[in-house]
Amino acid sequence: MQIPPQLMPEQDARERIHNVDEVPQGYTEELAKTEAIRCLQCKKAPCVAACPVEIDIPGFIKAIVDGDYRSSINILKETNILPAVCGRVCPQEEQCQRTCVVGKSRKSVEEAVQIGKLERFAADWEMEQGEAEVPEVKAATGKKVAIVGSGPAGLTVAADVRREGHDVTIFEALHKPGGVLIYGIPEFRLPKSIVMREVENLQKMGVEVKYNMVIGKIFSIEELLEEEGYDAVFVGTGAGLPLFMRIPGENLNGVYSANEYLTRANLMQAYSFPETDTPIARAKNVAVFGGGNVAMDSARTALRLGSENVYLVYRRSRTEMPARVEEVEHAEEEGVKFHLLQNPVRLLGDDNGWVKGVECIKMELGEPDDSGRRRPIPIKDSEFVIDVDICIVAIGNASNPLVPDTTPAIETNRWGNIIADEETLKTSMKGVFAGGDIVLGAATVILAMGHGRKAAMAINEYLESGAW
Amino acid sequence: MNKILEKEFITPEVFRMRVEAPEIARKRKAGQFIILRTCDEGERIPLTIADGNADGGWIELVVQIVGKTTKALSELEPDQGICDLVGPLGRPTHIELFGHVIIVGGGIGIAPSHPIAQAMKAAGNRVTSILGGRTKDLVIMEDKMAAASDAVVITTDDGSYGMKGLVTDAIQKMVDDGVKIDLVVAIGPPIMMKFVSLLTMKYEIPTLVSLNTIMVDGTGMCGACRVTVGDETKFVCVDGPEFDGHKVDFDEMMKRQRMYEAEEKESMDRYLK
Repeated sequence: MQIPPQLMPEQDARERIHNVDEVPQGYTEELAKTEAIRCLQCKKAPCVAACPVEIDIPGFIKAIVDGDYRSSINILKETNILPAVCGRVCPQEEQCQRTCVVGKSRKSVEEAVQIGKLERFAADWEMEQGEAEVPEVKAATGKKVAIVGSGPAGLTVAADVRREGHDVTIFEALHKPGGVLIYGIPEFRLPKSIVMREVENLQKMGVEVKYNMVIGKIFSIEELLEEEGYDAVFVGTGAGLPLFMRIPGENLNGVYSANEYLTRANLMQAYSFPETDTPIARAKNVAVFGGGNVAMDSARTALRLGSENVYLVYRRSRTEMPARVEEVEHAEEEGVKFHLLQNPVRLLGDDNGWVKGVECIKMELGEPDDSGRRRPIPIKDSEFVIDVDICIVAIGNASNPLVPDTTPAIETNRWGNIIADEETLKTSMKGVFAGGDIVLGAATVILAMGHGRKAAMAINEYLESGAW
Repeated sequence: MNKILEKEFITPEVFRMRVEAPEIARKRKAGQFIILRTCDEGERIPLTIADGNADGGWIELVVQIVGKTTKALSELEPDQGICDLVGPLGRPTHIELFGHVIIVGGGIGIAPSHPIAQAMKAAGNRVTSILGGRTKDLVIMEDKMAAASDAVVITTDDGSYGMKGLVTDAIQKMVDDGVKIDLVVAIGPPIMMKFVSLLTMKYEIPTLVSLNTIMVDGTGMCGACRVTVGDETKFVCVDGPEFDGHKVDFDEMMKRQRMYEAEEKESMDRYLK
């Protein structure tokens, strides 16, 4: 008899919109073992090749089958320093699980082995044991590496470079580490304690984290190399300037970029205002524009901040939504109202400069565009108004200008993203590597980590050989 | 944690604070700002750097108590620390030899105009500073500004000191007297910057204003600080804080600054209780 994929218990939707606790609650040992048995232990495992950091997936799953959870987590950590994070936020259904032979044989990616959930299980098991095992660090080499940004790319580079015995200093612009893992992804999807724990583990390895340091302002990249004595620099500054829709009314009060809305709620803990000092607008009717994970995070955050009606306005249909299916389903279960095939054309304000409505136009799908998705076309004279008190624009980010502006030697493309070699992540400036969203534009945590791994290998090699 | 070295109240609502920040002191240029947090639950607020000394390793802030965070900051004493301090942020003032530069500082805005006056003078400009306040006590840093300027004009709304009137009256008088003005740099309350800009636009005098909007990260990531300049949306934290005063939509900016009025009051009332 075939075993179906094991579902992970979740907090009830009616309950969870009143708290910020995590939604999926993790596998029990029994569920994990049942799921792990589903893995065929393929010799030529396609899932490994489909993983940006090439985790030995059959290996860590076999260890779960054997009940040897310590080995399981150690196998994961050989290539992925953030398994508790990746187990939660990776789009496995588009990567490892998409290629899973079990899923293929049943002609459904949903039937694939639940690799992500098993990864999370092993990582959570380790956390329950108390202190994590600190990876071994080789003898000091006397070489120094500066990492700009403590997001997923930077943290990965830090671990892999430190392991080789190099001194590592992370420069973080904000007052907390983690980048998007802290300011962007909400607590209910990724508890902040997990990120803090991973950073503490890096610190135990001897990685130094300096907060409130904006590279490009306090030091230029050139100064890091020439005056501050660093032998190599990794730039992982992440996403930059939030994009707006360039429609009338976008600077009205109550209109947020998703970055701002989520940063206030997550990094600044505005959900606890007035116990904390950072305010966030709370209102009955909220519109979120966009169809990605960040849009879902924003909409679900608005529900948790007490909004009654949260509309998600997206110009294409559900099929084209870039968000993970799981996130779309979670949002829908929680009561987010989907306004598909609609596009905002202007925001309407009251006399005090507050947004009070959004005028949308209905759309239909035409021929596929460059992205392969069917192009949305406005339907003439179909405009209508939704009453809202808050709007959240979640349509992506442009690049952050701070490092490129002050470092002309680093080449950028026409969108301002840093150009880096695909394999080595070397930039056009000697000794400087870059990865994650500053190179990719808005991508995912795991792709940033994949960059981090490649960059770390290249940095270690560069420090060893001195050859650029 | 940045150690507080000195604190002095200039008026009951305005204080000067010298803070240990050696790296910022070395790097900061005229026109730049910092963001600070006073405690772990604190908000991030931007403050323009009023002075600094690279050798001494300190910067100075001149702060008006307007809400909870500035109130809490005012209660910190020397040897205590500021939880988080990040900077220098923003683009420095564009300094070159313009000729005759008028620096207009209104109230608390006098403080951030001080390093700009210094830098403009050092670049060879003739600097006239116009310092305005509602009443005599609110005209701060007169000595320092005098040292950084060739001439100082004082205006007070109530006539208790200097010329009775607004800073715009002083500019108008200069124009009427045929004084050649090559650049105006105005820093102060938005309403002052708006009317200075409207006046200088009439006479086609290039005018820079320094905006102090609501910010969160201060590195271009969130967009809380956005303003309309000409027909573009700009981010004060990375594109500014200085902009062409003739192009800034001050009315929109003033509305945006009031976005959290109710919450700011709630937070302050709770703190004072």
